Amino acid sequence: MRVYLDNAATTKMSSTAMEAMLPYMDTVYGNPSSLHSAGQAAAEALITARRRIADCIGASPKEITFTSGGSEADNQAILSAARAGEKKGRKHIISTAFEHHAVLHTLQKLEKEGFEITLLDVHENGIVLPQQVADAVRDDTCLVSVMYANNEIGTIQPIEAIGKICREKGVLFHTDAVQAAGHLSINVEEQNIDMLSLSAHKFHGPKGIGILYARAGVPLAPLIEGGAQEWGRRAGTENIPAIVGMAAALEEACTHREDNAKRLCSLRDKLIAGLWQIPHAILNGDAAKRLPGNVSFCFEGIEGESLLLLLDDKGICASSGSACTSGSLDPSHVLLAIGRVHDIAHGSLRLTLSEENTEEQIAYTVEAVKEAVAYLRSFSPVWHDLVSGRKEFVIK
Amino acid sequence: MALYSEKVMDHFRNPRNTGVIENADGVGEVGNAKCGDIMKIYLKIEDDIIEDARFETFGCASAIASSSMATELIKKRPVSEALALTNQAVVEALDGLPAHKVHCSVLAKEAIEKALQDYYGKQDAADCQIQKWRRS
Repeated sequence: MRVYLDNAATTKMSSTAMEAMLPYMDTVYGNPSSLHSAGQAAAEALITARRRIADCIGASPKEITFTSGGSEADNQAILSAARAGEKKGRKHIISTAFEHHAVLHTLQKLEKEGFEITLLDVHENGIVLPQQVADAVRDDTCLVSVMYANNEIGTIQPIEAIGKICREKGVLFHTDAVQAAGHLSINVEEQNIDMLSLSAHKFHGPKGIGILYARAGVPLAPLIEGGAQEWGRRAGTENIPAIVGMAAALEEACTHREDNAKRLCSLRDKLIAGLWQIPHAILNGDAAKRLPGNVSFCFEGIEGESLLLLLDDKGICASSGSACTSGSLDPSHVLLAIGRVHDIAHGSLRLTLSEENTEEQIAYTVEAVKEAVAYLRSFSPVWHDLVSGRKEFVIK
Repeated sequence: MALYSEKVMDHFRNPRNTGVIENADGVGEVGNAKCGDIMKIYLKIEDDIIEDARFETFGCASAIASSSMATELIKKRPVSEALALTNQAVVEALDGLPAHKVHCSVLAKEAIEKALQDYYGKQDAADCQIQKWRRS
């Protein structure tokens, strides 16, 4: 059986998105900046796609900037707010300890330039409180950036309340909605969002395309110079097929969002219940306030990469926050941020579902994980010490 | 290309010599869980020959494969050969390891060294005991 459970990494493209893209490769292939009819047909497609995407998130078309994906959008949002803040002598930014590296690394870069960065604690349940943001805002704060949902443990942040605080205090609010788009409702007006990043391949669209939403009046500094595309906010010929594919995918995801979420939550909770049966296992992040398709566990006494490879042998594609899977010595900063100690964080497993997964696949996966964990524990010296009482269990 | 060679995957999927030797002549443990790798090697030694070698490993596939291969390389061999085992020999026997995983082969070599130190330590203690007994 082949079971793809790594939809937070990327998703399979929907046939709707693929079919929507095809004409823009061999029929409507003009450059939207060209004045001739072939170019204008492409320009038309760009306008339509931009409007459809804006409609999905409650924005107006001119507030949408197409980027190469979520990372670029995060970079541009943060750097733009920093440059604008700098001019007014405001060089303080608030974010959380478990943001995506596209946010954290950009903040580290700014820190070296003299910005002060406050990273808020996300607690053991993986959720930041609006009050923490209110308490951290200073007169010189120029930006608050808090993700909508975490990419590893799936926990959903109270962005609407955080946005409200930012509005009241006159601070820009950016949210990395890469994992949320297509899965949670987004309305930039109602949720008080000034800037938002999303990426098409997380909701069955093509790779290499995303958007940065910036509320009218929020100035964006271009990361790429060399042309007047995107109102000077991003140079380079627009990737029309990908943009059209993203619009189709987002519309489709938003149309079926509630039904999909209901189905996914039910599968997710079955998977969680199944994995809870494994002794000395712990769910990472709040059990309820999490993405419909996210399951993240730590198993004591084993290492995640081994687990992934054993699951792969059984046809199951999963991921882990183990250091060994990333080539670094430290396990996932997200798991450390929610208080998992190193030894435990190394034994993590992330399973992220899509609408294509079935009950049968979930049952199969639960059995496969149980078997693989027991097998790895059978010759783990750590497990041996734990069961013989030489060491104490961290996960009770 | 896959991350690991077929040999690594074979020793990861079907590790040789897993388990514990009760009353082993030498035991060596290296690494720590914080870094994500722990290896423990158990040796049974008779007449300077490693009669049996077993391991327990907490770690990634290359750590498990390195332990498995290292125990294969020293089993039924003289202690002197086990002492001369290099991590490079383990890497070669596995048809290579990715650069960031070579440390796993170093851990395997160190675990064997430590187990042999333990063995010699016990030997020395035993010899001392015998000498004391003779003197008294």
